[in-house]
Amino acid sequence: MFKKFFRKKPTDRIFFLASWASIIATAAVLFFVVGYVLINGLPHISPALFAVQFTTENQSLFPALIGTLMIVGLSLVLAVPLGVCSAIYLVEYAKRGSRFVKIVRLTTETLAGIPSIVYGLFGFIFFGVFLGWGLSLMSGAFTVSIMILPLIMRTTEESLKSVPDTYREGSFGLGAGKLRTVMLIILPSAMPGILAGVILAVGRIIGETAAIIFTLGNVARMPNNLFDTGRTLSAHMYALANEGTHPGEAHATAAVLLIVVILINALSSRVARFIKA
Amino acid sequence: MGKRALIAVTAFSAIVWIILFWIVPLPVIILTVIAWIVLLIFNKELGAKILFIASASAAVIAVGLICVFLFAQGIPAMLDIGVLNFLTGTDWRPTWNPPLYGILPMIAGSLYVTAGAILFGVPVGIFAAVFMAKFCPRRIHKVLKPAINLLAGIPSVVYGYFGMVVLVPFVRENFGGNGNSILTASMLLGMMILPTIITISEHAIRAVPPEIYDGAVALGASHESATFKAVLPAAKSGVTASVILGIGRAVGETMAVRMVAGNQAVMRMPHEFLSGTRTLTSNVVIELGYAYGDHRAALIATGVVLFAFILLINTMFMRIRGRK
Amino acid sequence: MKFSISNMDLFYGDFQALKNINIEIPANEITAFIGPSGCGKSTLIKSLNRMNDLTEGCKITGEIFLDGENIYGNIDVNALRKRVGMVFQKPNPFPMSVYDNIAFAPRTHGIKSKFKLNEIVEKSLRDAAIWEELKDRLKKSALSLSGGQQQRLCIARALSVQPDVLLMDEPTSALDPISTAKIEELVLKLKKDYTIVIVTHNMQQAVRISDNTGFFLLGELVEYGDTQQLFSVPANKRTEDYITGRFG
Repeated sequence: MFKKFFRKKPTDRIFFLASWASIIATAAVLFFVVGYVLINGLPHISPALFAVQFTTENQSLFPALIGTLMIVGLSLVLAVPLGVCSAIYLVEYAKRGSRFVKIVRLTTETLAGIPSIVYGLFGFIFFGVFLGWGLSLMSGAFTVSIMILPLIMRTTEESLKSVPDTYREGSFGLGAGKLRTVMLIILPSAMPGILAGVILAVGRIIGETAAIIFTLGNVARMPNNLFDTGRTLSAHMYALANEGTHPGEAHATAAVLLIVVILINALSSRVARFIKA
Repeated sequence: MGKRALIAVTAFSAIVWIILFWIVPLPVIILTVIAWIVLLIFNKELGAKILFIASASAAVIAVGLICVFLFAQGIPAMLDIGVLNFLTGTDWRPTWNPPLYGILPMIAGSLYVTAGAILFGVPVGIFAAVFMAKFCPRRIHKVLKPAINLLAGIPSVVYGYFGMVVLVPFVRENFGGNGNSILTASMLLGMMILPTIITISEHAIRAVPPEIYDGAVALGASHESATFKAVLPAAKSGVTASVILGIGRAVGETMAVRMVAGNQAVMRMPHEFLSGTRTLTSNVVIELGYAYGDHRAALIATGVVLFAFILLINTMFMRIRGRK
Repeated sequence: MKFSISNMDLFYGDFQALKNINIEIPANEITAFIGPSGCGKSTLIKSLNRMNDLTEGCKITGEIFLDGENIYGNIDVNALRKRVGMVFQKPNPFPMSVYDNIAFAPRTHGIKSKFKLNEIVEKSLRDAAIWEELKDRLKKSALSLSGGQQQRLCIARALSVQPDVLLMDEPTSALDPISTAKIEELVLKLKKDYTIVIVTHNMQQAVRISDNTGFFLLGELVEYGDTQQLFSVPANKRTEDYITGRFG
């Protein structure tokens, strides 16, 4: 590839160089961000950072970690059944091009494009103030589950579509009804794709901040019940970075957050690859 | 029963249901669930289908709620302040007496950082997408693809933090100012929109029929010319769509911008790119925590303006992507 | 007569895929449909167990009787498909074990007893002449079988609900000659218990196994009758042209 370089026309040389330069720049951004955060953060990770109780000295991320798990669990409980069921409707039941399907697609795309601060604002007004749930797990989980709904719908739709029609024919040809075909033949075949989507959604929840701080709140303790406030890892990171008084802990927390996200990404692509196997 | 009659009956019962739900929520939910379970026992197929349809309506209901609640609180506030005063006012002084709610500095701020992000992110993103689609050896692609996915998955607070500790000092030392600036935010946003642009553009470039490339090469074009002069123009609508989606990301990005942009609610001119600015998103995120009354309403109105921008961008995105 | 079809028209949207079909299909015989691709033979066979219901915009007029009952009348489609089994062009075992593939349909129709299911699985596999090959691999994934084995598994799967009729839509077109021979042998053996309708693009296959043959062209049934007769002294000029290889 490089040997031929000097035989190229000047314009081709520019194109060629620009492409390489751009991809190198992109890779550099990734390596720089990941490398910087890990190199500066890993040495600061200490047992105190995982203390059960948060104090101003230890700046423990443990309560935030538990809060993250709670938000993730609760949001998945809400969003996954809803998203999977709607995708089943869109792919298996709905007539293509019906008006209802068009509206659902339009609104799903709209949801996907809404920035997280608008979700935060809406969750704050609707769940927090209007329904009176205040800053709580419930407000946070409901807000975040609306946010990840389009992602789950889209990935589920795609994996349902990738199930060959011959499976459907085979099942219907044996006299199985639609529900049985969907539940026993199609869903199991689509499962790896759905799972990969769910894992991606987990990644998005963990990375979310703007929608969280106005719904779940940003208090450094574990929520005691569904209507209690708390914080997630990202919100914790945001607070630490803004206060600026504990740079070591901030570095370490960023590293932990990044490691979690990297693991989630790896897991998702591993599961997705399972489809082809 | 005709189709139209069926739709009318369904819509009517839905409205009745909503009104009842409004008055006595808990009994209505319980009754609905019981009715549904009875239906499921009586006719499994129909029961399941109704559940699936109801789930599919969730997205519609969510968008409806978001619009209703944002507009219901934001628009009256806007009218109160005066739409023109609100949109073109250059002073944001919520604590003054009387308070001033002008968001032009924030609209300008959002525009500046987005324009900057386009400047930094779009050329690199498109060239990188071309590389991924047409120049990249398979083995490198296998490494780069997950890397770009990871780039998309890094939380915005981590980007923001990186910006705070790396980009801000970098800008301060090399360009002057205190570092928290339009320039810094633009650079950071440029990085953040890269994965969006690369992924969607690469997809669009790969979707170009091979005949177009083959045709160009058959006429004596080199690999580079064929790719950039034949294939890339053919993928124009997809590439444009990716840029628009990237713009949407940049306009809507909150935490990272808030952490590096300085956040002064002051009207800036483009040449002041080394001064700080505040965007629509950071205006909400900074003040919503402690605002109440008119101030909170003004913030919701800010959200409405942001939402309107996003809807506009989304509509453009769908239009362009729908075009083939 | 097992099936009698009268004045049947079939439309996909505005396109008429079958024109005024009248045909009687006798019980316990093998009936073959031949014709060039796109002639409507697959469409017709799919109408016999209402698989066409799944195609959007498909409309049927006229009548199809199965044992005197109009299958496009007010009937339970799933019960119809239980009576009229189908084997498809490409082997389509479900991505589950051999055992579960066969047990899927009996379970669908309400059989829960483990003992009974075991019995059905063994009988179906024996009837499809694949029991000896698979009896030690019942828990293995059906996708790990060879193409020919998969297709015989699909036949066994279709037999698992003890249908009256077996519809086969080009069942050997994706298989090698040896597997094809095995399946033809199997089909001949199944004839005494089942009414078999087979669509084939392979005229030799129709001659080898079928009792009656229908020749389709552009959505019309050109000629229908005893296989030997149709291939030796075709009554219609177009049939003659087709079987002597002038077109198609």
